[in-house]
Amino acid sequence: MVRRRSTLAERPAALAHHFDDMAQQYEASHLGMWVFLLTEIMFFGGLFTGYAVYRSTYAVAFAEGSHHLDIVLGSINTAVLISSSLTMALSVHAAQVGRRQLLVGFLLLTMLLGLVFLGIKTVEYVHKFEQHLVPGGAFRYEGPYARQVQIFMAFYFSMTGLHALHMIIGIGVLTVLVWLAWRDRFSPTYFAPIEVAGLYWHFVDIVWIFLFPLLYLIGRH
Amino acid sequence: MLSDLPLFPQQASTGAMRVDALFMFLMAVSIFFAALIFFLVLYFAIKYRRRSEAEQPRPIRSDLRLEVLWTLIPLGLTMIMFVWGANLYFTMATPPADALEISVVGKQWMWKFQHPEGQREIDELHVPVGRPVKLTMASEDVIHSFFVPAFRVKMDVVPGRYTATWFEATKPGTFHLFCAQYCGTVHAGMGGRVIVMTPTAYEAWLSGGATGESPVAGGERLFQQLGCSTCHRSDGTGVGPALVGLFGQTVRLQSGETVLADEAYIRESVLNPTAKIVAGYQPLMPTFQGLISEEGLLQLIAYIRSLGGGKTGRQS
Amino acid sequence: MNTAVMPREHYLNVNYGITSWLLTTDHKRIALLYLASITLLFFVGGAAAVLMRLELLTPQGDLVQSETYNQLFTMHGVIMIFFFLIPSIPAVLGNFLVPLMLGARDLAFPRLNLLSWYIFILGALFTLTAVVTGGVDTGWTFYTPYSSTYANTHVILTALGIFITGFSSILTGLNFIVTIHTMRAPGLTWFRLPLFIWGLYATSLIMVLGTPVLAIAIVLVALERAFRIGIFDPALGGDPVLFQHLFWFYSHPAVYIMILPAMGVISELITCFARKRIFGYNFIAFSSVAIAVLGFFVWGHHMFVSSQSVYASMVFSFMSMLVAIPSAIKVFNWTATLYKGSIAYETPMLYVFGFLGLFTIGGLTGLFLATLAVDVHVHDTYFVIAHFHYIMVGGAIMGYLGGLHFWWPKITGRMYPEGWGKLAALVIFVGFNLTFFPQFVLGYLGMPRRYHFYPAEFQVLHVMSSAGASILGVGYIIPLVYFIWSLRYGAVAGPNPWGAKGLEWQTSAPPPTDNFTQTPTVTEEAYAYGSQEVHVG
Repeated sequence: MVRRRSTLAERPAALAHHFDDMAQQYEASHLGMWVFLLTEIMFFGGLFTGYAVYRSTYAVAFAEGSHHLDIVLGSINTAVLISSSLTMALSVHAAQVGRRQLLVGFLLLTMLLGLVFLGIKTVEYVHKFEQHLVPGGAFRYEGPYARQVQIFMAFYFSMTGLHALHMIIGIGVLTVLVWLAWRDRFSPTYFAPIEVAGLYWHFVDIVWIFLFPLLYLIGRH
Repeated sequence: MLSDLPLFPQQASTGAMRVDALFMFLMAVSIFFAALIFFLVLYFAIKYRRRSEAEQPRPIRSDLRLEVLWTLIPLGLTMIMFVWGANLYFTMATPPADALEISVVGKQWMWKFQHPEGQREIDELHVPVGRPVKLTMASEDVIHSFFVPAFRVKMDVVPGRYTATWFEATKPGTFHLFCAQYCGTVHAGMGGRVIVMTPTAYEAWLSGGATGESPVAGGERLFQQLGCSTCHRSDGTGVGPALVGLFGQTVRLQSGETVLADEAYIRESVLNPTAKIVAGYQPLMPTFQGLISEEGLLQLIAYIRSLGGGKTGRQS
Repeated sequence: MNTAVMPREHYLNVNYGITSWLLTTDHKRIALLYLASITLLFFVGGAAAVLMRLELLTPQGDLVQSETYNQLFTMHGVIMIFFFLIPSIPAVLGNFLVPLMLGARDLAFPRLNLLSWYIFILGALFTLTAVVTGGVDTGWTFYTPYSSTYANTHVILTALGIFITGFSSILTGLNFIVTIHTMRAPGLTWFRLPLFIWGLYATSLIMVLGTPVLAIAIVLVALERAFRIGIFDPALGGDPVLFQHLFWFYSHPAVYIMILPAMGVISELITCFARKRIFGYNFIAFSSVAIAVLGFFVWGHHMFVSSQSVYASMVFSFMSMLVAIPSAIKVFNWTATLYKGSIAYETPMLYVFGFLGLFTIGGLTGLFLATLAVDVHVHDTYFVIAHFHYIMVGGAIMGYLGGLHFWWPKITGRMYPEGWGKLAALVIFVGFNLTFFPQFVLGYLGMPRRYHFYPAEFQVLHVMSSAGASILGVGYIIPLVYFIWSLRYGAVAGPNPWGAKGLEWQTSAPPPTDNFTQTPTVTEEAYAYGSQEVHVG
């Protein structure tokens, strides 16, 4: 699409100097986030591929490994994360209609839910450590499938660990946005950063929605 | 010095001649197109060199007929290369049924060979001319690659599985054997020789010199030593399945799947028994990982094959 | 008689001081930061090559120990691929030219651009630390289980360096994609774009989609080394060949990251120095995208003898034949562009001629490797080494040097010395062929790769190759010297010394920080040579 260059002397404060107008900046920031999410799909995709290969090779062992994960905590976390996506969407809406306090409130709520998720995850990780299920030198497992269960746990930790890292980064980003929102930087004419952060947050949520059944729900009905 | 300059490798196998024929076709096509491009670029560069700054060439945007032509011709030629190459590759991956079977174990940084009659060799492989030879190969550590340039044969040797290749030597002589997959410090030194002999010379070599026990005998010895016979009784009354007649059959597993009882299956069953449980049996077999070497595994497999079995089995 | 003068204020003199460079968000300055970094790293990787070729003069391993030699070829590969070739044209020429060619003031995300450079430097520091503290000896391909279990060199450090630098690549690609989509000047439709932009767009698709998979593969190797998990260790139930799939899934498309930008450069240069429109614009543009897409489906051609299934190998061989076709189409179209042109022989055009010849040879020898039964013989031999050096050095580096010479006057406002330019191009061409052509012969004879010492019958060919390498090395040093010389003493170039079309030539040289005093509007197709001037205003 060919853009008409704006030659207006007055440029909004939120318009970066290299863009012609807010519409171009908005389009660029959104496309940028979508492309970034595409790279993230490929990033997680590598781990998912490795997981798929080993799950098909060691189906029984993977099911056994999966049974050692805490399905209750995992389910709670799933609900927590889905709720956080709701609050994130609500914060985007608040930004679009210029409701500053609502925006800050929903962002904080999203962050809080994210922290709850990470807290529960930490509890799970500690449990696994106590059960000697962390791969490596301290891994202890009785039964004929010990080696394969270790591989399962390796994928569990790397996939959920990578996911958790993305959550931490997401919470960091939201912290910055809360600060900016509190300082009244967003308005109905400038809210792209909130939307774009929302895209990222929803993506991280969707990754979990794949992780949860693949890791926690093998062989359970 | 120039007489020391080799330009083309010897052809010492039936496969070599076929690979070289395909190579020559590729060379011909490449030389043709390289020459064509070189000539055209040079010719145009000289004929249309700029003679004055005021020159304004006429724009020629495209010509669909030319585009189609130089798309379809390369496509056609590459498809010939593909089909020819795939066909030959398939043959190279399919050893003849009557091949002489030799097992190979690669490890940092040597090659160990075991003839069915019992001879063992290190870094040297004696084979008869005019007879297909199939190599079943395993690695004790990292990935290596068995490469004999004169035969145009190469196959990676991968830890954790068996790979196989075959060749039929066409003339006596001594030929380089190289490791062709980087495997650590002395990768360059992991070489040796393949010595092709006339049939009579080969027989003489086989019967002369120290012979070790045959792989079948070695396998039988291991079968007793490691206690396999305790559970795998030949009358089938043991806790584990009987192995007589197993090799080459399809086995039904607990999961409902069926699997072919080949070399890889037996190897896995010894090292990782719980991976595939035979239907009707319990996962009781302990692992022998660390208790048996790759060569030992190959001997065990030879023994189990000798107990009879399907089409790939061999009577001892 | 040269009456050109330097503009009074431009991006180089608008402010001085180290922080104005290290904290710049000007894409042009960032391009120069990359130029300095990758040039340094090129000579480090080149030094490793010099030592290797010296060692290979004699059949015995008598110059260095085997451990050292194995580290040398590993570092040569790692540095040249990840720290020179992959960034080269995109991060130097791309960063400088993409906004200019689009008529924009900067890339879409200038601060992300600077961050990309810092990430690149961080990754380079990790890897150089590994070099200095004992090196890595796994080969740049890091095959397991050698790299994950057996090697006792700095695998994790190097792997981390590559992992980090990969993000630099991803962010650069992201920046280019968004810029090309959203910041084109009025009138600059997709099919009026310079083919250099098409090439970088296709390259960016690969950078963005492929690099993350390499990142995971490397992370898994590092985890395996650190925690002995068993993902690639057969003794623990792992599959060493899985690594090869994950690795080559990126590393094959990576080679197209290295060549597509160079192909883009060739389209720019050949039209200018034949003073003619490109023949088959649409075909070249679509071929770039086709190479990027098809390139993701051929990775298994590195694994024909790895114990991969025969049927999988056939599929990969077939796809590899297909991916060759768009490259052939491009070579024919470039050749046809010369027909009835008005051809000048300045240095950039000499690099174009060199590219056409050497890329053709490199591409044709790729067919040998794609052909199953032949690849069995030449896989992991010097034939492969010769093939990829013809493409990456004879192709990509020639494209890079040609582009550097072509746009040097725009970047610096100065001309390089033309006589020396021609001489260096010739020396490089001769040195290159003498170095690498004998390696085709060596490979078919059976000389394996990565060998510290070798049977005596291969020596003559190795000596020829090493002699060529010494000439090639000199050939690379000559431009380093005269480019630096030209910064001070080169003739002032003026905005368009070549009379070239393209928006980048419509502004001063060096350009002002914001690139254009007045945003151009585009009314013509690309390479509108032989017709009226592009309308500016």
